[in-house]
Amino acid sequence: MSRTFLGMPARALEQSFPSNAAKAVRDSQLRFNLRKATHTIRDKRASVVGELPDWEELRQAGKAIKDHTLRNLDRYLIQLEEAVTAAGGRVHWARDADEANRIVAGLVKATGETEVVKVKSMATQEIGLNDALAAEGVTAYETDLAELIVQLGDDWPSHILVPAIHRSRAEIREIFLERMGEWGRAAPEDLTDDPRALAEAARLHLRERFLSTKVAISGANFMIAESGTLVVLESEGNGRMCLTLPRTLISVVGIEKVLPTWRDLEVFLQLLPRSSTGERMNPYTSTWTGATEGQDFHLVLLDNGRTDVLADEVGRQALRCIRCSACLNVCPVYERAGGHAYGSVYPGPIGAILTPQLRGLGSELDRSLPYASSLCGACYEVCPVAIDIPQVLVDLRAKARHPRAERLGMAAAGWIFNRPGRLARAQRAGGRLRRFVPKRLPGPMSAWTDTRDIPDIPRESFRDWWDRTGGGSR
Amino acid sequence: MNSRDMILARVRGAVAGAPDVEVPRAYRGAAGVTAGVTPRDTGGDTGPNADERLIDLFAERLRDYRAIVHVVAEAEVASVVAEALGRREIRRLVVPEGLPAAWLDRGPYDTVGDDPELSAADLDGTDGVITGCAVAIAETGTIVLDAGPGQGRRALTLLPDYHLCVVRAGQLVSGVPDAVARLAPERPLTWISGPSATSDIELNRVEGVHGPRTLEVVIST
Repeated sequence: MSRTFLGMPARALEQSFPSNAAKAVRDSQLRFNLRKATHTIRDKRASVVGELPDWEELRQAGKAIKDHTLRNLDRYLIQLEEAVTAAGGRVHWARDADEANRIVAGLVKATGETEVVKVKSMATQEIGLNDALAAEGVTAYETDLAELIVQLGDDWPSHILVPAIHRSRAEIREIFLERMGEWGRAAPEDLTDDPRALAEAARLHLRERFLSTKVAISGANFMIAESGTLVVLESEGNGRMCLTLPRTLISVVGIEKVLPTWRDLEVFLQLLPRSSTGERMNPYTSTWTGATEGQDFHLVLLDNGRTDVLADEVGRQALRCIRCSACLNVCPVYERAGGHAYGSVYPGPIGAILTPQLRGLGSELDRSLPYASSLCGACYEVCPVAIDIPQVLVDLRAKARHPRAERLGMAAAGWIFNRPGRLARAQRAGGRLRRFVPKRLPGPMSAWTDTRDIPDIPRESFRDWWDRTGGGSR
Repeated sequence: MNSRDMILARVRGAVAGAPDVEVPRAYRGAAGVTAGVTPRDTGGDTGPNADERLIDLFAERLRDYRAIVHVVAEAEVASVVAEALGRREIRRLVVPEGLPAAWLDRGPYDTVGDDPELSAADLDGTDGVITGCAVAIAETGTIVLDAGPGQGRRALTLLPDYHLCVVRAGQLVSGVPDAVARLAPERPLTWISGPSATSDIELNRVEGVHGPRTLEVVIST
């Protein structure tokens, strides 16, 4: 199987997380934008989560429903396929990004259309669908406000929920004024940076497109196996436009998004909105089953590395993720480094465990991602499905190949610590040579001393002192 | 092997031998469904004031989303609706089939039905829509439409810029589990919690993007 593609340019993979982050933290505008946004949403989330006396019980139920589903995923996928088919929909299966893109491009071309509107979807970001469609002569128009900002700005998403979180209102105004005209209706010349005015500009820009486009592409937040129902949560109404108006609807959904029963929604429709936008409920949720109101409906079930993650006993819990992004918003590393440093459409703590599992630990970037954390545990605390992100990070650190200098250093330390005699001799040698130990280590060892002082080496080890003085009694 | 069989085989191989999981449902479920659960948000109060408290909570939650809310006796619905439509200066109002006739006086506006089906452009040219609903949720300030009588297909409440919804007190439930239990998955559902909004600019909520920018709710007691 070819390397799993996760919707990021190859150049992003050439750098490790630390070097990406080092660049990002020097961008003071980015740090200001991120700090403002993440702190706003943290407070909102905490307040609406605190309102529910049974939050922890909902969280445990959410976790267990997902674990049970993953354990029986084959059965539920087959049940889902039968239900969707019985309701007049068509189900397609895609092993990887290439296959999913081929299926979608084929379905669009079969309609004879060359334009599609899109609902914000992580799965289609992940497989790089827009570029694949462009190569087939099909233009995909993003309709979510943040995705529109990213698309118009020829930019990359930096957050799961709010892909343009790295942009301030002033930057968004500039992008709208400069680029909207190239994609359709131009922004009004007197556009201000008032969020209300920016939202209005997006409304006008996309209105005609919604009314005329014949094909829509979406993802889904949940799929119900027993009924074949798909569920999309959104805020703006662009989702409703895409799900309702076009004649053909194609949904690309990861296989882990299935839930066994309709009743399970009572848990997730409480967990997700409060965790993601910090609202009691998002403005709009749409559910539909098969071919609804005369539409042609296609469901593309996507693997793209998920079955590899499922095979890992520790790492498979990452598949419980419902993409709320609460872990990004509380993460001290994400807040400073921003989403682009992670080199994947899945940034932040969840990205640090999901990306290297989906893509494998082959690149320097992917090997560095499990270290993009201080292991403070805030991500685990807010996760609505209780993914123990620090546990998976530590597990992945053990699996990732470490740099040569570190491996040699650790092997040497292991050799010395393995025998008390060796340790004593090493300590005595260190004590005698202490004046010659430099403040900063040379060569590859300097990575350690760049940010730390070498501790002072004592003249005498504790054991030697004990032997000499009888524990201080002599 | 085709992709379907390959994915299913990979799933089976991945989870072989893993233990199954019991789902604990200790959270507050639909009233009466889960034993030992106190009715939500009424502080355990099931007395005569319980309904009133539910209505107050629902109205408060809707106002948090900046919806316009009226709580009125059933007999007053028509006059409150007429006033609301007058304030908006509605000229063309979409009226889905099955809407209770008692809610609408003959107003200074034209009513537009959906039979034969209105085109998207026609709908876009109307000033507003009036509907009932299937269920409403107090705790989250949510109205659920299921395309039943008095609600129409999904586009009717999407393209007009103004949505007036009449909720009967009997349709109000306290929490999300009660609503899920009352709704049928095979019907297309639209859950509406306030007017169209976005949090995409600096994570601040701003009302009014693609869906109706004004939501007005009349709660009939």
